[in-house]
Amino acid sequence: MEKYIFYILSVIIIVFAMASVSSRKMLRSVIYLLFVLCGIAGIYFLIDYNFLAAIQLTVYAGGIIVLIIFSVLLVHHIEMELEMAKPLRKSMTGLLCLSGLAVFLYTIYNNDFHVVENSVTTSTADVGAKLLSYEAGGFILPFEVISVLLLAAMIGAIVIAKGRKLTDKNDDVL
Amino acid sequence: MNISLNITETIQEWLIGFMPEGVASILGMSIVALIYLAIFAVAGLYLVLLERKVAAWFQLRIGPNRVGYWGLFQTMADALKLVSKELTGTVKADKFLYNLAPYFVIISSLMALAVFPFTKEFQAFDINIGIFFLIAISSVGVIGILLAGWSSNNKFALIGAMRSGVQTISYELSIGLSLLTMVLLTGSLQLSEIVETQKEGWLILQGHVPAVIAFMIYMIAGTAETNRAPFDMVEAESELGAGFHTEYSGMKFAYFFLAEFINMFIIAAIATTVFFGAWLSPFGITESIPWLGVFWFLGKTLMLVFLMMWFRWTFPRLRVDQLLTLEWKYLLPINLVNIVIMAIIVWLNLTIKF
Repeated sequence: MEKYIFYILSVIIIVFAMASVSSRKMLRSVIYLLFVLCGIAGIYFLIDYNFLAAIQLTVYAGGIIVLIIFSVLLVHHIEMELEMAKPLRKSMTGLLCLSGLAVFLYTIYNNDFHVVENSVTTSTADVGAKLLSYEAGGFILPFEVISVLLLAAMIGAIVIAKGRKLTDKNDDVL
Repeated sequence: MNISLNITETIQEWLIGFMPEGVASILGMSIVALIYLAIFAVAGLYLVLLERKVAAWFQLRIGPNRVGYWGLFQTMADALKLVSKELTGTVKADKFLYNLAPYFVIISSLMALAVFPFTKEFQAFDINIGIFFLIAISSVGVIGILLAGWSSNNKFALIGAMRSGVQTISYELSIGLSLLTMVLLTGSLQLSEIVETQKEGWLILQGHVPAVIAFMIYMIAGTAETNRAPFDMVEAESELGAGFHTEYSGMKFAYFFLAEFINMFIIAAIATTVFFGAWLSPFGITESIPWLGVFWFLGKTLMLVFLMMWFRWTFPRLRVDQLLTLEWKYLLPINLVNIVIMAIIVWLNLTIKF
């Protein structure tokens, strides 16, 4: 049962990933990308890692994709199609992609995968405890560093969004 | 009377009796999905009727009363009419995205429906991150609205969709944070466990002051999230026609319309589960008859749905800037302070338990 669902999900992911990069319409490729991300969330659900699946849905499907859609909608001439590249460029890109695929396949087939006997459902409490533990294997330092980074990004966004203070024209005269 | 409501297992066991296990599990899943689809359609149609009746009551009219007794089949007739209508489209629009958009909205609300504990065992998918799953799913629905607005090739629809995007993304924060305040009390995200902790008193009583504040914030943000009046900037009739679904006709329009009402039901059902003890009866008066839980769950949910309809016919519509000011300058700071207060209350054990 799980095997078939896995294959269905992988076919969805692969087909839509290819459609996403080969589609010549901007908004369509964003939607194909959304299907890829939902497929990955499906795989997380399949391995019983519900927390990561929900994160995948909120952050990528609900956050990043909506952000991309917004920025695409603000682009001029969104209805224009992508131009076809020159043959030389096409073949170079194809070669690069093939070598990338070769590296991936080589690593995958040479890696010794450990099969987990019993599937363990990770609960949110486990994730939280690990995230805040300062013992060996805990993630408190990266967690704090990332929160500082996010704070900096937030302040930066506010500064940019605010812009310069609107000055009264009379101030310049005086 | 002993009715087994554990639908997933009952159906599965019944099917395994006369067919191989693999086929039985797939067929069982399909039957459960069909049951939920039926709930979806019936609930959607009758919520529309309820809305029309409530609106009529508020405006001192009678409302639909011709089709069937007391107008009970009015929305069924409307749905049949919509099925038979022609599906129109706009020229120069992206047909694929135009046809795809309604399904985003409808699938996301269907998925949300699956996790609710209608009664002790009537729950299709008791996932261990329940509430978080609901928040995650509700963030996908907005993509459908954005797509519908853009692929209609209509400026009014696009403006409506952009407004909806801004509104939903901002108010999702308040929904998430107000639910998080209640999770501090339960210590679990799983909906069945949240109900379990409420056997010592509904959470709105357990958490007293901060819980009531969280409930008020949740209802405001929930109304905004479903794009209903007074927050219906998305489809402000006087400005934008019908907003993002102006160009949709027939059944595709009905999908948006039904999903809107189901989303209202979902918002009310989350509030019922988290604040008002889901299927638990007040003071445990019907504890010996488990299937009555459905009645309590639906009763509480419909009370909250009525509250949202009351909002709609009472408050005037907000402007866009007022809408964003309300969220970012009032609700969000109040919410953050509220979480801290709730944390202190839980820490000092000041909760009320029976």
